[in-house]
Amino acid sequence: MADLIATSACAGRLPKTIGDVTLTEIVFGAITSVAPLKGQEEAVSDALKAQIGAALPKPNRSTGKAAARAVFFGRGQTMVLGPRLAHIEGAVMTDQTDAWAAVELDGPSARDVLVRLVSVDLRPDVFKQGHAARTPIIHMPGLVLRTGADRYLLMTFRSMAGTLVHDLETAMEGVAARG
Amino acid sequence: MRVQGRGLIDRNTPVSFTFDGVAHEGFAGDTVASALLAGGVRLMGRSFKYHRPRGPLTAGSEEPNALVTIGRGAAADPNTRATVQEVFEGLEVSSQNRWPSLGFDLMSVNDLFAPFLAAGFYYKTFMWPRAFWEKLYEPVIRRAAGLGALSGQPNEDRYERAWAHCDVLVIGSGPAGLMAALTAARAGLDVILAEEDARMGGRCLAEREEVGGRPAHVWAGEVLAELGAMPNVRLMTRTTVTGAYDGGTYGALERVSHHLPATDPRRPRECFWRIAARRTILCAGALERPVAFRNNDRPGVMTAGAVRAYLNRWGVATGKSVAVFGNTDDAHRTARDLADAGVHVAALIDTREGVTGPAGIPTFSGSVVCNTGGGKALDSITIRRGGREDRIAADCLAISGGWNPTVHLTCHMNARPRWRDDILSFVPAPDAVPGMEAAGACNGAFSTAACLREGAEAALRVAEALGAKAAAPELPPAEDDPYRIAALWHVPGKGRAWLDFQNDVTVKDVHQAAVENFRSVEHMKRYTTQGMATDQGKNSNVAALAILADATGRGIPETGTTTFRPPYVPVSIAAMGAGAQGKGFAPQRLTTSHKATTERGAPMIEAGLWYRPSYFPAPGETTWRQSCDREVAMVRTAVGICDVSTLGKIDIQGPDAAAMLDFVYTNSFSTLAEGRVRYGLMLREDGHVMDDGTTARLGDQHFVMTTTTAAAGQVMKHLEFVHQCLRPDWDLSMISVTEQWAQFAVAGPKSRELLNGLLDQPIDDATWPFMSCGKIAVQGVEGRLFRISFSGEHAYEIAVPARFGDSLFRLLVARAEGMGGGLYGMEALNVLRIEKGHITHAEIHGRTTAFDIGMQRMVSQKKDCIGKTMSERPGLMDGGRERLVGLRPVGAVQQLIAGAHLFGMDDAPVRVNDQGYITSTCWSPTLGGTLALGFLKRGPERYGETVKMVDHVRGITAVCEVVNPVFFDPEGGRVRG
Repeated sequence: MADLIATSACAGRLPKTIGDVTLTEIVFGAITSVAPLKGQEEAVSDALKAQIGAALPKPNRSTGKAAARAVFFGRGQTMVLGPRLAHIEGAVMTDQTDAWAAVELDGPSARDVLVRLVSVDLRPDVFKQGHAARTPIIHMPGLVLRTGADRYLLMTFRSMAGTLVHDLETAMEGVAARG
Repeated sequence: MRVQGRGLIDRNTPVSFTFDGVAHEGFAGDTVASALLAGGVRLMGRSFKYHRPRGPLTAGSEEPNALVTIGRGAAADPNTRATVQEVFEGLEVSSQNRWPSLGFDLMSVNDLFAPFLAAGFYYKTFMWPRAFWEKLYEPVIRRAAGLGALSGQPNEDRYERAWAHCDVLVIGSGPAGLMAALTAARAGLDVILAEEDARMGGRCLAEREEVGGRPAHVWAGEVLAELGAMPNVRLMTRTTVTGAYDGGTYGALERVSHHLPATDPRRPRECFWRIAARRTILCAGALERPVAFRNNDRPGVMTAGAVRAYLNRWGVATGKSVAVFGNTDDAHRTARDLADAGVHVAALIDTREGVTGPAGIPTFSGSVVCNTGGGKALDSITIRRGGREDRIAADCLAISGGWNPTVHLTCHMNARPRWRDDILSFVPAPDAVPGMEAAGACNGAFSTAACLREGAEAALRVAEALGAKAAAPELPPAEDDPYRIAALWHVPGKGRAWLDFQNDVTVKDVHQAAVENFRSVEHMKRYTTQGMATDQGKNSNVAALAILADATGRGIPETGTTTFRPPYVPVSIAAMGAGAQGKGFAPQRLTTSHKATTERGAPMIEAGLWYRPSYFPAPGETTWRQSCDREVAMVRTAVGICDVSTLGKIDIQGPDAAAMLDFVYTNSFSTLAEGRVRYGLMLREDGHVMDDGTTARLGDQHFVMTTTTAAAGQVMKHLEFVHQCLRPDWDLSMISVTEQWAQFAVAGPKSRELLNGLLDQPIDDATWPFMSCGKIAVQGVEGRLFRISFSGEHAYEIAVPARFGDSLFRLLVARAEGMGGGLYGMEALNVLRIEKGHITHAEIHGRTTAFDIGMQRMVSQKKDCIGKTMSERPGLMDGGRERLVGLRPVGAVQQLIAGAHLFGMDDAPVRVNDQGYITSTCWSPTLGGTLALGFLKRGPERYGETVKMVDHVRGITAVCEVVNPVFFDPEGGRVRG
């Protein structure tokens, strides 16, 4: 019998370069939500740091590097992007690897594209590298994480991957067409 | 005609365009109005009501007359101001509101009936018969009176929206705005300078004066060069700030490509910005007001400021022989500019006594213009001094009635402007909009030097408020003449003196309003239509209320203004709704099986944002019913596959997870054993049913709750509310895992057989009884299996991580088809559940209780839960309530219809006899008949009775028998098979 075949959220849709901006799908080895139980924040943070070298982030921030990031994802909730985690005592953990479509927007005009979809203040001095925001991406629930000078990681529900790519493409075309 | 050596247009770049199909020439930098005026065209539109010939009155976005349509077909933009639209090669411009042509407009017969068409005419005349108003009078009147027309075709043009943030938003780039932006930017603040015009500079571009010892436009260019080189400054041209909103947020409309040929379909036409600013400096300038006198609306009559703008910025003489009329020194400035440029000035008429005009210009002090002559263009004016009237030839009349500060944005949060007697104008109230300062002409400072000073001072105050160190800039020397004005709103006399050019409102109309006791300025506006449509009365408001004040014996401040609301200029709906056309309207949520599903030609239906298959047409099937019947039979006799991933799945973990479930569900979950699933019912606080679904206990402190597709978001929100607000003491964590799992129903007598060929470890009834759950693996991929059933058959739901969804779906379908089964869609799913009497949101529609749906037993008496107390309110468990029943037709008519109402057999089918209604209905291939679920008064007590179903909409009556809602397999033996 044939094996089950894995299909990524944006399969067949990306990568795409329009103007000076490139949109790429990011497939993480694992995405795990980590929520410390009462009074366990410090212990969980330490355990996470021991595992991936990054502690629990503060609200609207992230820790770690590209290979393993911990991103603020809401009240009492951190999403660890990258490595598959061993169980952490005192934390509620769920596997979210397949729940999200993740894309990276990269290029000199990436911010101009993003301001067409996201209302938060993305000025470079305000939304610095490593900053994260849970915010609507047009009509979609999302995460925006600045991962480079002109690079952003965007996440939304896996089922909305098509709309995410469509809306980003439209914005990329609008920016590119202005010249 | 063009004046050599004048203007800021690029004479090396000629541009050709058409107006009503006739070719015209202009230069880069021209507007349609300036190019047409240069070519001697003054007639550019017809008025709204009387179809009187009109030419441009102004040179800006406040233009009431020169409204044109740009482009054609679906992309045509009606009501574009010719004074704003820039010319480009190949631009097509059409006049509007005329038939058959602009020059010969048959609708202008309206003008002959003017004595009958004054304010209030329609209200009084078309009262009877009453029904005629909506069907006949209004459509006819609207067709005759109007602006440009929409194409009626879907517009494929792109529009976009965007957000911007800054420390300081400067609105307007005249002397005040430039100085404010420069001062704030030098202090290191993030500045956005927004300018409505295509070119920054404001009146610096339109006046012949010096700032800092050089021409004003040169000075402006230098400031702009400095601003443009600063990384903390963003210059936004062609961007009109349209509204001021809470929290320092402003709406702004950017015209992105109206000035360019449509070469790239991806380029947006407009962009609607939301700008969030910590502080705002309003430097919106002022609008010049005309004076009302007889026939003051002929093409060729313009504001004096517009005449200077056409001359100085666009190098256009607006006439061969120009007369200037006014009550301020601006009239003199206009005459001087014209004379300097070699344009003949026929007369300077100043209402003020004892003034002398520039040398060589015939000046009439203490005089007024009281009438004009000409047909489709001005050819003469009549000057009145004392009792004497003289007629002189002129083809252009420049009027200066004083300036109205552009206070509009300061009024958007309900502040009222204040009247200043010294300048006879309204100025912004202090702190009218939190965080906004007004500076320059919009604040009543009319000299260039005062504008520069106010701009700089406002920026210094703003910088201090924001904690930035700003240095007071050196103010360049500039014109600082005092503003001297004598009141002049209206030249008395016979005939019609126009106030609101756009809506054809005259002085007489305002008087009429006062006579008929519409004395409030808001009532006068609505009675006369003064101040409506695209210009929103920018040219007429102050004069109209001054005349109303006079007519009602009050002062202007007592009379007050009408309310200025956003948007400041017309904003296309396409811009406000940008990105929401077509697929942008809402996100599409697609399941992992979407591709495989559409490959099979299944029509999709929307369930919330999700797309789900309605049915799967097999070869030879021509109607949905054929497919649905086959799919139902397949599930009842073999095995069916259905994607159920859209149901909400909420992971709940922690020491208090079970307590949480006991609290939100009516029944107990703390007693549920690990590895088991239970059906749960959830109430709202008000005691009515919110949602239902199954919850599985995966571990001691680990549950997965299932919600309906429709209520997944609502339930998640509800749980968060309960945890965060009602029981923050509970130690637990919740997260949606709906998207993590691709979950498929495998339903039918052969379901276990199918799974056993697929799972790494086979299952049997002993280890996997009905309502059990646990981990499984499919070819090494870890998943979950739930033995639950919505169809009433022996069934499972199998879940794997979503990335394997497509693959597992195809495997399941292939196996099912090999066993005489296959896919089933929403139609079959619905039939299966109706046969079993299972409820959906058709039944738990928000007005039903657990008692109503026959589930009162599920409300545990051993514990409390949300909604329990409220569900015990008097009446909510009254036996006489409409309660869930099954219905089967027993008469000649076999059709039952959801939404139809139920009546006693002998009762007239009228509201007072209503006994209930049908919520769901289907044709059951299993039972060979129509089934329905519905709510009937005292329902469960009436099994065996007949009632009458009446569908008043379709006119269908059917007799039906009341039965138990579980039509099929009431013992439930099949699920345990």
